[in-house]
Amino acid sequence: MFVLAVDTATPATSAAVAHVDETGVEIRATERVVDARRHGEELAPLIASALATAGITPGDLSAIVAGVGPGPFTGLRVGLVTAAAMGHALAVPTYGVCSLDAIGTLTTGRVLAATDARRREVYWAVYDNGERVDGPAVDKPAALAVDDVTSAVGDGAMLYAEVLGLPVAPEPRYPDLAAMVAVAAGRIRAGAPTEQLTPLYLRRPDAVPPPGVVVAS
Amino acid sequence: MTDEPLVLGIETSCDETGVGIVRGHTLLADAIATSVDQHARFGGVVPEVASRAHLEAMIPTVQRALDTAGVTLGDIDAIAVTAGPGLSGALLVGVAAAKAYALAAGKPIYGVNHLSAHIAVDTLENGPIPEPALGLLVSGGHSSLLLVEDLAGRVEQLGATIDDAAGEAYDKVARLLGMPFPGGPPIDRAAKDGDPHAIEFPRGLTGHRDMEKHRYDFSFSGLKTAVARWIEAREKAGEPVPVNDVAASFQEAVCDVLTRKALDAAKEHGIETLLLGGGVAANSRLRAMSVERFEKAGMRVRVPRPGLCTDNGAMVAALGSHLVAAGVAPSDLGIPADSALPVELVSMVEHDVRVTR
Repeated sequence: MFVLAVDTATPATSAAVAHVDETGVEIRATERVVDARRHGEELAPLIASALATAGITPGDLSAIVAGVGPGPFTGLRVGLVTAAAMGHALAVPTYGVCSLDAIGTLTTGRVLAATDARRREVYWAVYDNGERVDGPAVDKPAALAVDDVTSAVGDGAMLYAEVLGLPVAPEPRYPDLAAMVAVAAGRIRAGAPTEQLTPLYLRRPDAVPPPGVVVAS
Repeated sequence: MTDEPLVLGIETSCDETGVGIVRGHTLLADAIATSVDQHARFGGVVPEVASRAHLEAMIPTVQRALDTAGVTLGDIDAIAVTAGPGLSGALLVGVAAAKAYALAAGKPIYGVNHLSAHIAVDTLENGPIPEPALGLLVSGGHSSLLLVEDLAGRVEQLGATIDDAAGEAYDKVARLLGMPFPGGPPIDRAAKDGDPHAIEFPRGLTGHRDMEKHRYDFSFSGLKTAVARWIEAREKAGEPVPVNDVAASFQEAVCDVLTRKALDAAKEHGIETLLLGGGVAANSRLRAMSVERFEKAGMRVRVPRPGLCTDNGAMVAALGSHLVAAGVAPSDLGIPADSALPVELVSMVEHDVRVTR
């Protein structure tokens, strides 16, 4: 069956069409544009292009997988509302995957996966032979307790390589959609119920009530 | 069956998630989810809070609209969405959703202007708009006078607020008077028991020199400050603040300037119809004063019912329906959400007409 995967949790806007069967996950088309301010413009055309390259129409899709972050909010919501609306329109299930898992599950050993959270912080998780053992969370790179970690990966790790003091692998720099579909493959094959795509914001909105505001009872 | 276009409209420019469905000029559904209660303690709309609420509300609101209208996405001829102006993060949720629905269902998409949509909504109640018409759009985010020569593409802004929107002034004055957010309804209610001539508050940009440079522009920041000073003075003198009189006098000042300038613009451009829109158009004094002044001058005022004046999806669908009927080309899937979309762009045909953000 055909599955659409999208991720907008990092500066990369990514869309892919995968074929999932009992034996594995095969990517049929994958598209990516890296521009932290253009998720809204780029995503829908990339999906259209991935579908065309894969030689299928939206009606051929059996499921949609989306990276639920953590990631900068505005871009993250583009991917999630796109996946949710397409799932709604096509009446196919949507499945959420932690975007860091689409980096960390590809690693071996004890590895820190980190993406840029802006404000001099990173979104991070720790993987032990591809299995998430800590996180996701958001912190300053210098504050991470990563003593037992031997290497790092992801654009956040590249950005703060010096502070982290860890060897940083160049790839995957951004969430890998084949890995993302693989994480969801069990749910896809089982025809698991659709999931509400709830973003991993990890931060509250910055807003402080001003003094003197009256709240209607 | 009818050959009038069946259009679904999505609106997320501020704190209302609106999804409307219209066929031609007939309103079939107007589903709304609002995050207004989540903003009340902040005394104004918090963009990130609004954006989060749009994401949560989007799919259920679309489904509710489809159920109410008794149609499926497959029946829809086109999808329209507010592309701007508005809060950029909030707009983006609606634009991305509209693109996804359009892509999945194989429908054309129209990225439309929020201000023109406020004008277009009147077609759902009062039929086609006589052109040219004058639009007076007053809300928490906008205060604009629009010359509508052709709702499908020629809309010109004659003037707009140079500081606060009228609705923003209502919110701030309400806070001064110990009233909740949003401030329009409580001020309107209090004003009914007050004397609108008790206090002579300033009329912004109506002086002789201002009228040369800002004939059709508005300013409500000075008015808000004048109200604050007046209240301060009363409190300092140990006298009670006559809340109803302050509310009525403030409201009178706002409505006086809005209608006076609108009438001036209508006369200057030989326009016979005023269209009121935006949340503040739900204000009873603005409606009454507009009708009184325009009818006295032999002109007409058209105002949608209050529920259609505030932000909603029906207005976006109404404009979309008008654009489809007029044969306007749809937008493409690469259009941005443009927080500062100019009034002159009624719909986004080419997404690269402006460099955004």
